[in-house]
Amino acid sequence: MSRTPPPHSGGAPGAGSDRAFWVCLWLLSGVYLVLVVAMLLADASFTSPAHFWRALQSREIQYAIKLSLLSCSLTTILSLWVAVPIGYLMSRRQFPGKRLLDAILDIPIVLPPLVIGLSLLILLQTPPGRALERVVPITYAIPSVILAQFMVACAFAVRTLRATFDQISPRQEQVALTLGCRRSQAFWLVVLPEAKRGVLTAATLAWARSLGEFGPILIFSGATRMKTEVLPTTVFLELSVGNIEAAVAVSLLMVGAAVAVLLVIRFYGSETSLAKAC
Amino acid sequence: MIRVEQLSVRVGQFALEDASLEVPTGEHAFLMGKTGTGKTTLLEAVCGLRPIRKGRVRLMGEDVTHLAPGRRGIGFVPQDGALFSHLTVREHLTFALTVRQWPRADLEARVAELAEWLGLEPLLGRRPAGLSGGEAQRVALGRALSFRPPILCLDEPLSALDEETRAEMCGVLRTVRAHTGVTILHITHSLAEARKLADRILVLKDGRITLDGKPENSTRPPGAD
Repeated sequence: MSRTPPPHSGGAPGAGSDRAFWVCLWLLSGVYLVLVVAMLLADASFTSPAHFWRALQSREIQYAIKLSLLSCSLTTILSLWVAVPIGYLMSRRQFPGKRLLDAILDIPIVLPPLVIGLSLLILLQTPPGRALERVVPITYAIPSVILAQFMVACAFAVRTLRATFDQISPRQEQVALTLGCRRSQAFWLVVLPEAKRGVLTAATLAWARSLGEFGPILIFSGATRMKTEVLPTTVFLELSVGNIEAAVAVSLLMVGAAVAVLLVIRFYGSETSLAKAC
Repeated sequence: MIRVEQLSVRVGQFALEDASLEVPTGEHAFLMGKTGTGKTTLLEAVCGLRPIRKGRVRLMGEDVTHLAPGRRGIGFVPQDGALFSHLTVREHLTFALTVRQWPRADLEARVAELAEWLGLEPLLGRRPAGLSGGEAQRVALGRALSFRPPILCLDEPLSALDEETRAEMCGVLRTVRAHTGVTILHITHSLAEARKLADRILVLKDGRITLDGKPENSTRPPGAD
């Protein structure tokens, strides 16, 4: 039986070179990579070790470094304290309104940073907010720095930990339950140790996000030297008085912290959780 | 004895209705049936891992329908073993005993006993990442047996193993029964495996047990009409 020839007589499917496709991908990727590296090199070339050292001698910058380290560390602890239970609940339980809660948890991530700061400022002017302020002064004081950092950092920690718990099979918890554990024991003895790389990733991410937070802090905490000044505030203040060398030196300090965070996640954390969270 | 009376369980869209079975004390019963018939759901309900809508589960004469999984006295081995990646083999064997706050001396004696039965002595310091499929299943079995449960529930524990390891594991299961006299409810798709070990074969079809008999009478694949 003879076969009817195909109506179009073009080349065989799949024939031809893939080279042009790969070249396009490499070119587009290369442009972005070059831009990132060039940006960092430009920063580095703009300052010198002498400038850098002089900037670090400044009392204001030393204060900003100390406050940044303290506030970021406290924010990280608070974020984990809240994000571990939320991430676990969102991963394991089905309940009415879960999709709405999921959307609410993402609000701090998608909201413009300045709006977060303004919203916090307004919240603390409501009657319950004022009552709280009478007990613990928050606005334009150090607690406001931590609260502003926490609002954004915690949202990232929640997403990271939810992705982490999603990756841990519920089978392990079920086995722990049959072995005599209560639900809480299964969580502490099995789930949390299994999630330790994800917890480390969430902590590192929360710390890094807190370190870079500026918009909400500017609105909610102000930019007062030696009071609510964190490293991004220093960059802003030094730039505003034309001291570009100091601004660049502090920026490089933050670049160093960011690189350290990347290294921690790459060697000890869970990149899968990070990829799903960001 | 395992006795399931007119059990109804719903998981999403799937429903197991009026399933009943009985496994006398000390017997090794195999639960077979096509994929999606509810074998795992039934096993999980017996273990207390699925809420029961209707019916009763009695283990060794006691009604455990609403009892927490850890108080039912069941050792559970899931298909993938579900080992805890952060624990060593020794820590797996002592996990349930630590939860029960056994004295240290008893704990060490039990580890030595289980390691000997299951051939785990050289592996005690390893973590799951360093174990082969057969070794991992032996550890999962040891962990399930550690607290001396009268009942063992196995969910296709041999399905992912090669022929040689599967034959070896069948030997291990015989040893376990000889030493403990444990009552076993074991899910499998392999009639050959069931013929080697079973005292009784139960076939689940359309949410009900349609065959309950001795292995020598089971010549056709489970679920075949």
